Amino acid sequence: MLTYMILTVTVLKGADFMKTDLSWKVGGQQGEGIESTGEIFSKTLNRLGFYLYGYRHFSSRIKGGHTNNKIRVSTEKVQAVADNLDILLAFDQETIDLNYHELHEKGVIIADTKFKPVKPEDSKAELYPVPFTDIASDLGTSLMKNMVAIGATCAVMNLEVEDFSVVIEEIFNRKGGDMVQKNMKAIQEGYMYMQKSLGEKASTLYLAKAENTHKRMFLIGNDAIALGALTAGVRFMPAYPITPASDIMEYLIKKLPRVGGTVIQTEDEIAAVTMAIGSNYAGARSFTASSGPGLSLMMEAIGLSGMTETPLVVVDTQRGGPSTGLPTKQEQSDLMAMIYGNHGEIPKVVIAPSTADEAFYDTIEAFNIADEYQCPVILLTDLQLSLAKQTVETFDFDKVHIRRGKLITSDIEQTDEKDYFKRYEVTEDGVSPRVIPGVKGGIHHVTGVEHDEAGRPNETASNRKQQMDKRMRKLSNLTKRFPNPITVNVPTTKTDLLLIGFNATRGAIEEAVHRLREDGLNVNHLQIRLIHPFPAAAIKPYIDGADYVLVAESNATGQLANIIKMNVGHVNKIQSILKYDGDPFQPHHIYDAGKELLEHVYINN
Amino acid sequence: MSTSTIKDFRNGVKPNWCPGCGDFSVQAAIQRGAANLNLSPEDLAVISGIGCSGRISGYIRSYGLHGIHGRALPIAQGVKMGNRDLTVVAAGGDGDGFAIGIGHTIHAMRRNMDITYIVMDNQIYGLTKGQTSPRSEDGFITSSTPEGSIEKALSPMEMAITSGASFVAQCFSADIKELTATIEAGIQHKGFSIINVYSPCVTYNKVNTYDWFKENLTKLSDIDGYDASNHEMAMNTLMKHNSLVTGIVYQEEKPSYQELVKGYAEQPLAHMNLDLQPELFRELVNEFI
Ligand SMILES: Cc1ncc(C[n+]2csc(CCOP(=O)(O)OP(=O)(O)O)c2C)c(N)n1
Ligand code: SF4
Ligand SMILES: [Mg+2]
Repeated sequence: MLTYMILTVTVLKGADFMKTDLSWKVGGQQGEGIESTGEIFSKTLNRLGFYLYGYRHFSSRIKGGHTNNKIRVSTEKVQAVADNLDILLAFDQETIDLNYHELHEKGVIIADTKFKPVKPEDSKAELYPVPFTDIASDLGTSLMKNMVAIGATCAVMNLEVEDFSVVIEEIFNRKGGDMVQKNMKAIQEGYMYMQKSLGEKASTLYLAKAENTHKRMFLIGNDAIALGALTAGVRFMPAYPITPASDIMEYLIKKLPRVGGTVIQTEDEIAAVTMAIGSNYAGARSFTASSGPGLSLMMEAIGLSGMTETPLVVVDTQRGGPSTGLPTKQEQSDLMAMIYGNHGEIPKVVIAPSTADEAFYDTIEAFNIADEYQCPVILLTDLQLSLAKQTVETFDFDKVHIRRGKLITSDIEQTDEKDYFKRYEVTEDGVSPRVIPGVKGGIHHVTGVEHDEAGRPNETASNRKQQMDKRMRKLSNLTKRFPNPITVNVPTTKTDLLLIGFNATRGAIEEAVHRLREDGLNVNHLQIRLIHPFPAAAIKPYIDGADYVLVAESNATGQLANIIKMNVGHVNKIQSILKYDGDPFQPHHIYDAGKELLEHVYINN
Repeated sequence: MSTSTIKDFRNGVKPNWCPGCGDFSVQAAIQRGAANLNLSPEDLAVISGIGCSGRISGYIRSYGLHGIHGRALPIAQGVKMGNRDLTVVAAGGDGDGFAIGIGHTIHAMRRNMDITYIVMDNQIYGLTKGQTSPRSEDGFITSSTPEGSIEKALSPMEMAITSGASFVAQCFSADIKELTATIEAGIQHKGFSIINVYSPCVTYNKVNTYDWFKENLTKLSDIDGYDASNHEMAMNTLMKHNSLVTGIVYQEEKPSYQELVKGYAEQPLAHMNLDLQPELFRELVNEFI
């Protein structure tokens, strides 16, 4: 039984202004517990039924260097980093200096008195020094300073201290002793201190209650991919660590042994991808995950998968390039490389989910497509999707189906003992039966050299043409078979402006669209989920019907816009808004660009 | 139980190697060794690299994959991970395994998976028409080293032992009896076995010829009291003979990678039911709530 007292003051509940969407940021030095502060805060609010979206700013250093976690809390689904900030929890002056400009005039800075916080002259927000460290030290250990900070937050947002007890118990119960009580007390004290400081101004940032409080998941895109892979039947993952992909292997290192599988940390990405190919050739479901630099190393092997028709799934979590580029920042600049990166021509699929739940289902679909079409599938994400933590509806196990296509795993009757199995039989749909090693009657050869139907090297012109056509024909029906190749938000027939994006830009575009519509404009939105083969037929009518098209993407050359122009035409009406400074799009970037484009047009007309 | 014969491993494809190429004997030794071990052709997977030597998987009747240059070993390890019941043999040239793929070679030896790696070492690049290789001797003149190689030749045996390989052997393709027996021993060894085979390139290497090897090689079986389990003796002997020895140089009994992986299924991953148990799925989902 817990013995701390619940002192939440209920008198102040009747605030006249309740926020349905609030942005909170905690910042300090890397390695200082910023992560756990954000984690406890967001886990609790997710369970209260709020929708959350958390985006971490971090650097390549392990200890030291500014880090922050900006978490948006809303009563409705949100999938973008907010334009501005309501509450800033600062553990050092740098946090204030780097982030105060995001705060609006009703915003608050809550800072540890220990570092003698100074409010910048032009800060619109109010500064509230709270002795995080001193209160925590008085209670036993300065480590609990982040609990005091959470408590102070409770007072500003009008959250019940008690709501944090479940998460605190989960974390500290295993640590034994009276850790749970001490931490709860720290939250309590922070709450009371802040309550007093706020006084009259207490109710400006009260958070409205969440309406629909059923359970939802709160996770990063990488976790959704890892869980998707496990659910799809992956039992082996060879991989080489890289930001922002490593979480996928780290999750599976923990979970795969439970289903008889394992992860191997290979010597490099070439080993990772070729081991995955070997394992898939043997009949298992295997994959690897990396980011741009790793994908560059894998290209030759991805071609081998295409040529030998060996299923392969590779996850590319895009980050800032080129070279080592901006390894901890958002970018979407691998698009062309993922479609065209390898030498020669192969059938290849590129899928780009834009939310964590799409990432889960698309991962499973990627494995099914790889097996059914016997070709490489790139599951493309970006750093924002891979690492932003978001609230999504709980994954539905009933929607999961494993499809392995023309796979043969049991012995085959043979007419002629010595004959090779026609692994590359020329078929109408281009897909040939695939038999795995160990199966009697299925012996054949596999080679990256051009080969005949039995896999024997063959360089004759007629065979080359036949096999090339067979491989390339495999994907001819994919754009039609793929579930939801584009996400369509087009309620009006008249379209002044059509916004298009892929991967994590979705949330920011949706909010911009909403605001532009409030301004009376007919603005619609497509988010492209199947990147290659490009679903041109599905997209074309929307582009035909739009006066202007604005493609929002995180790169410097407008790669998606170029792909659309190449496949759909309308070169003159397609414009770009590009961002390659390492930070994600916020709704206002897209809103402003849309507004400017249309105003410019109206003035010109 | 049916017994297999060398014929079961023949597929009738005529190799495109030059007459007299050492690789013919390596092919024959693998086929004979597999038959002697009574393997079924469908339970053997030969994974090869790119080079003249890499063609070998296409000349043996078994499952086989001819991949990309330097990557035979990671592909082979992936095959073994996917189906631990298969006998997996990786094969390739000295360029494949000691130049472009040397990183994989060293790590495969450290990892010690239960597979066999056969290098057809002709101390030259055959397929690309005679350039120098990391195995070419000092001063060796090739099209890419017209003034003679000035880089030190690599020593595969010493490298293998110091990298942790648990079965290290060297053979001469002309001694097909010792080669066959060594391949059999390598396949039977529990863990990673590397067999470096001097396999003369009659077209481009006019120095390290059959006659040259006959003159310079020492059989370990001819050395009195040679003990392949003795690490120090192995290293000293290699140094003394400038690595020009044949036979099992070093062998150590230790658990293979497959035996050490915690939680790794006894059943081949390729034959497992892929469906996740609904209870496990719920448990995993709940961790994110
Ligand atoms: C990535 C890549 N680089 C270069 C080549 C060209 N290439 C093919 S085989 C080979 C070297 C062959 O030498 P070795 O591995 O010793 O085999 P051998 O022909 O001597 O048996 C080279 C450089 C290639 N196929 N792929
Ligand atoms: S070039 Fe040399 S290695 Fe290649 S087949 Fe001819 S003899 Fe053998
Ligand atoms: Mg060679």
